[in-house]
Amino acid sequence: MISFGLTEEQELIRDTLKEFASEAMRPIARDCDENGEIPQDFLDTIWELGLTSTQIPSEYGGGGEERSTVTNAIVLEELGYGDVALALAATAPNAFVNAILDHGTEDQKKALLPLFTTDEFHTASLAVLEHGPLADPAQPSTKAEPKGDDFVLSGRKSWVVLGDRASHFLVVARNNGGIDAFIVPADADGLTVGEPEKNVGLRGLTTVTLDLERVEVGPEARLGGSDGCDVRAILDNARGANSAILVGACRGILEFCVPYTKERIAFDEPISKKQSIAFRMAEMHMETEAMRWMTWKTASHAGQGHPQTTRQAHLTKQYVAEKSVWIADNGIQIFGGHGFIREYPVEMWFRNVRTLSVLEAMAGL
Amino acid sequence: MIDFTLTENDEARLAHLYAQGEYIRQFVRDADENEAELPPEVLPGAEDFLKTLERPPAPGPEDTQGPAMMTLSAIAQYWGDYSLRLHREGGGGLGNAALSAAGTDEQKAKWGGLLLSMAITEPGCGSDPSRVETTAVLDEDTDEWVINGEKIFVTTGIRAEGVVLWATIDKSAGRAGIKSFLVEKGTPGFEVPGKEKKLGIRCDDTAAYVFRDCRIPRENLLGLDESIPKQSSGGFRGVMKTFNMTRPMTAAMGLGPAKAALDFTREQLEEAGVDLAYGGGTAQQSAAAQAFMRLEAIYEASELATLRATWLAGTGQPNNMESSVCKAHAGSAVRAITQGCVDILGPMGISREHLLEKWMRDCRITDIYEGTGEIQRLIMARGLLDYTRQDLK
Ligand SMILES: Cc1cc2nc3c(=O)[nH]c(=O)nc-3n(C[C@H](O)[C@H](O)[C@H](O)COP(=O)(O)OP(=O)(O)OC[C@H]3O[C@@H](n4cnc5c(N)ncnc54)[C@H](O)[C@@H]3O)c2cc1C
Repeated sequence: MISFGLTEEQELIRDTLKEFASEAMRPIARDCDENGEIPQDFLDTIWELGLTSTQIPSEYGGGGEERSTVTNAIVLEELGYGDVALALAATAPNAFVNAILDHGTEDQKKALLPLFTTDEFHTASLAVLEHGPLADPAQPSTKAEPKGDDFVLSGRKSWVVLGDRASHFLVVARNNGGIDAFIVPADADGLTVGEPEKNVGLRGLTTVTLDLERVEVGPEARLGGSDGCDVRAILDNARGANSAILVGACRGILEFCVPYTKERIAFDEPISKKQSIAFRMAEMHMETEAMRWMTWKTASHAGQGHPQTTRQAHLTKQYVAEKSVWIADNGIQIFGGHGFIREYPVEMWFRNVRTLSVLEAMAGL
Repeated sequence: MIDFTLTENDEARLAHLYAQGEYIRQFVRDADENEAELPPEVLPGAEDFLKTLERPPAPGPEDTQGPAMMTLSAIAQYWGDYSLRLHREGGGGLGNAALSAAGTDEQKAKWGGLLLSMAITEPGCGSDPSRVETTAVLDEDTDEWVINGEKIFVTTGIRAEGVVLWATIDKSAGRAGIKSFLVEKGTPGFEVPGKEKKLGIRCDDTAAYVFRDCRIPRENLLGLDESIPKQSSGGFRGVMKTFNMTRPMTAAMGLGPAKAALDFTREQLEEAGVDLAYGGGTAQQSAAAQAFMRLEAIYEASELATLRATWLAGTGQPNNMESSVCKAHAGSAVRAITQGCVDILGPMGISREHLLEKWMRDCRITDIYEGTGEIQRLIMARGLLDYTRQDLK
């Protein structure tokens, strides 16, 4: 049944996170960007909120709360409203944990999930994207060659979130024509974690390149065991999560523009009274709304294992990527020259949105 | 709880409408090319065809209901054709919506059964209805209103049995002086010169109305409130309220042909061997696949924005902003989608051997009536900026 109704619990979570975003994220976002790092304090605070551990079932030491992909989309929108780089850092562990929860064997869950239920921030990362002009997350060039029961992984992965502090990587690789995901510990032989990458946006968020030179892993490393798993579902889920963060960012951008335009005077009146400005903001609002409903639908479908999930996630990703960049770009335009100066956050928001909109598999629902 | 899954019964009810749409398609081209004729009230073979369809079960508490279902049903119905129907239903004109929003109980009882059109637009004003020049003057002696003026572009104007029209009772009072009146067809002084010739939705009878000393009873003033409120939009706002369902429904109606265009284009692409590989990146898709998926995404966004506006209405929540969001979105979306499909299919898209060119013409109206796209942007911007209509116009 079609419904857009939030539960009381979802409303409460949204309100709490919104406050968190304003108080704990906004004030530090610029410094993170300028310094190129995210303070440990922030990660500790996020960890205390329990975004990751509470949704891990109690038999693996977690909080055992029901995981709702839709609620998670609502949470990510608020975090994205706070700051995109910080939001991604906060949710990076979830992307990995969710993949294990959704597709892991019992042994894989037992081995990995408890790592995320202790008092200290712990992360592991998806390693999906690769360098190159025709990069396609669903067609990796990294490959897994069977060797007896084992696999030998070779290739190079890029934009691995918080790869410098991850205990494990979930490496997506071509395996006999299909694609599979392999759990690779950070200290595996043949695996090199590169220096932090230099990106136009999300500068606070460390992403790294992974070099896999004939990394041998056992059969237990293959996510889902001998049957493998539907890697596409992991990508779908991540596309929903990325989109949710972008929706929050765009909402923040518009919210920042509105009061400025009412105060900024040009040609004897506030620029907000010029239709070209006012209509553009109307469209920014309209698109943010549309993006949100697409994201919710993707999250809802992903949570239910709906047969249309992949298509929905694809269309959502495509739409949100295009519109969020358009919104962020107009955020700068509305501020004129001031939008170009780093004193205001709009240029940073543009860089962040621009960056996330081309990336995949950065977050999880 | 947030949910986007249709129940089996939802699907069955929609499938029933899509099946009718398929049947209607065979009559669509002729009707479009013979614009001067009104399409028949019942299409040939409709009765027999309907008997071949399984009647979908009535909706239960788990099913999608109310305005949200109306949205999906309108999309399905307009997917078949924008203006042809198996059966022309009575009632349900734009004027009927205005009557239920602004009429007294007695008025609703008296005229609710008639098909009512709505006449606001005049040769001199459309987007800005405060400039309405049609006048209603009270003749105290006979207790009658005397109407004089000209209305244009009246939807269902020929078939309607009556009209809700906007006229001013005091020009100097501006918007506050504008009231809505009900005039039945056949009232002396009320003439219908004929049907407009249009780019699309040609089966729709869009008409002009002329009122020359047309006398109607005093109690034909909707809501019966003759006062002119100071500094407020008074009766005006009462009528504007009706737009909170009509704007989303206009969006849904336009999405019907847009969906038809996408379905047709998808079929053609698949036949031509174009792979629509959802789930991957865009870099390795063909240009046609990329362009098509982009249009699909726009459609999805629009449909959801429309569902959201109607879902709000169905749960009794204010939806003024959201109605404009979906109307503005759909207005742009259906233009981009149908014109984009024509681009993808090339010469096939412009051939009158196929219906795509017609869908493109038909849904062009979406961004024009019930408030143009620009007017929806005005409404949204005022909402965002907390501005009155004086602040931003
Ligand atoms: C097929 C059809 C059916 C219709 N059915 C009905 C009906 O049943 N009843 C009825 O009353 N009317 C009906 N209309 C009329 C319709 O609602 C109007 O045409 C529409 O509101 C636009 O008014 P207009 O044509 O006078 O254009 P105008 O108001 O002259 O607008 C011209 C252009 O200026 C723009 N514009 C106007 N004001 C502003 C502003 N403030 N800021 C920025 N841009 C602005 C408009 O968006 C448009 O692009 C129908 C029209 C058609 C074509």
